[in-house]
Amino acid sequence: MKLKPQKFADYATIAFPAGMLTVFFVIPFGIMIAVSFFQRVQGAFYEPAFVFENYARFLTGFFGGILGFSIGLAALVAVVSVVLAFPFTYILTRMSRQAQVVWLVFLLSVLSLSEVLIGFGWSTLLSRTAGITNLLVSLGIMDKPMSLSPGFGAVMTGMVYQTFPYTVLVLYPALSRLDPSLVEAARTLGSGPVRSFANVVVPALRNSIVSTLIMVFVFALGCYLLPQLLGKPSHWTLSVLITDQAIYQSNMPFAAAMAVFLVLVSLSLVAISLLYGKKEHAA
Amino acid sequence: MINKFVLRLFLGSLVLFLSAPLVVVAGVSFNEKKSLSFPPQGFSLDWYAQIFTDDGWRQALFNSVGVAIGASCLSVIVAFPLAWFLWRFHAPWARIVQVLGLAPFILPPVITALGFLSFWTTAGAYGQPWTVVISHGIFFVTLPLVTLTLGFDAVDDSLVEAAATMGADDKTILRTVILPLILPYIISGMAFAFVLSLNEYIVAYMAVGFTVETLPIKIFNSLRYGYTPTMASVTVLFVAVAVIVFGLIARFGDLPRLLGAWRHDEDG
Repeated sequence: MKLKPQKFADYATIAFPAGMLTVFFVIPFGIMIAVSFFQRVQGAFYEPAFVFENYARFLTGFFGGILGFSIGLAALVAVVSVVLAFPFTYILTRMSRQAQVVWLVFLLSVLSLSEVLIGFGWSTLLSRTAGITNLLVSLGIMDKPMSLSPGFGAVMTGMVYQTFPYTVLVLYPALSRLDPSLVEAARTLGSGPVRSFANVVVPALRNSIVSTLIMVFVFALGCYLLPQLLGKPSHWTLSVLITDQAIYQSNMPFAAAMAVFLVLVSLSLVAISLLYGKKEHAA
Repeated sequence: MINKFVLRLFLGSLVLFLSAPLVVVAGVSFNEKKSLSFPPQGFSLDWYAQIFTDDGWRQALFNSVGVAIGASCLSVIVAFPLAWFLWRFHAPWARIVQVLGLAPFILPPVITALGFLSFWTTAGAYGQPWTVVISHGIFFVTLPLVTLTLGFDAVDDSLVEAAATMGADDKTILRTVILPLILPYIISGMAFAFVLSLNEYIVAYMAVGFTVETLPIKIFNSLRYGYTPTMASVTVLFVAVAVIVFGLIARFGDLPRLLGAWRHDEDG
């Protein structure tokens, strides 16, 4: 039986986490929003002001191009990841418990890898001297080894590599809770495993798929290093640009304005995905 | 027959895709010379020794491990009272604090990183080594918060009621009944935070990038000047740590449940 907190001591327990999160998460956030209206000072950092010029730069073609590319790339990565991860996660949840655990340890290990390490790993795998093309040459498929990175394909591959384990883990709860009798019924009625998957499992989890697509899209939007390590400057995304402006161009106000924009986009998308998830829960 | 073959092919290609970069990195880490080539030429463990003998790499390793230990402890210290309060009391407003605890993990990491950069600059503590411990501790609070929430949900109410009937107060119940029951969830939340903190780059870089070098920062900095084989051996070390830690969680805990699976025989 849950009680309403009454005594001072009851509130004291939540005061510490609430205080910590306010001081070190809400206030930094507030400062960032404030900085986004500040004026940049050449040669120094920035000075307090209330200007919209940082936001006005969104209207330039340069920014529009980066935004369009970021959204397109994240959407493509999300679709590829979900298309690969959905059937995989379904198969995973039907495996023996032991096999599931082995896969989960493997996926978690890949997921926890730093973007720096993923970028390094793929740039090595796609390099001329140590890369996959050497294997193709020794098999006689290619004439001489070549470098496949930097390039759009390399960025895509690296990002799908990073988002795939995340996608599986987002889908895992929904798929492992799917009532097995649904599929059994379809099988009893004579449809094969592929058809029962396509006609029963996919429609039953339509909302989960949509909310997962959005979650993975937001995750891919946050990818800050891979486009820089595996791509050319034309493959830079909003997250890369924010880091670049904040650290290398020392233009904090502009970086903050872009970050505020990114928060708004991400939050509204997460809200939509939560609504979708809820609908299915109620159904 | 064909279905089984397609299934094997699909799973096999996924294993290949997920392990290929790691295999190549492991391969180049054994190269005898300082060159980036695969299959490796010669065999040497020098690049592993380098992590501990080279001053720069050893310092980065110590920095990373120190930050990860501090941050994972802090994240549990913040998450525990919050998860306990949410479980013990009925207070809808407390959900706001819960959302704050989940937010750093859902938002793109660049945003949290930039928030910390502006915060520490404003507070005049920019570049102080301890700021990264707090930054990571808050950034990863989500992980112990999620595992602890699951842990508290799994506590059998009748045990708590029995203890209360026998006259135990909240504090005694917490210490003698609840703490032993949720200890595995504390440890796994802490372990998740530890591994992720070890690997984290952008928040650490924005908080202390110019004064403290953690391993991911050092690898990134070295990448800009070309290739050093020590990057490869550090990567292998990181993968090994992750596999060991998650393997231990799986061995002593219920990994599928931690990740949100319900067992069908437990429903109802």
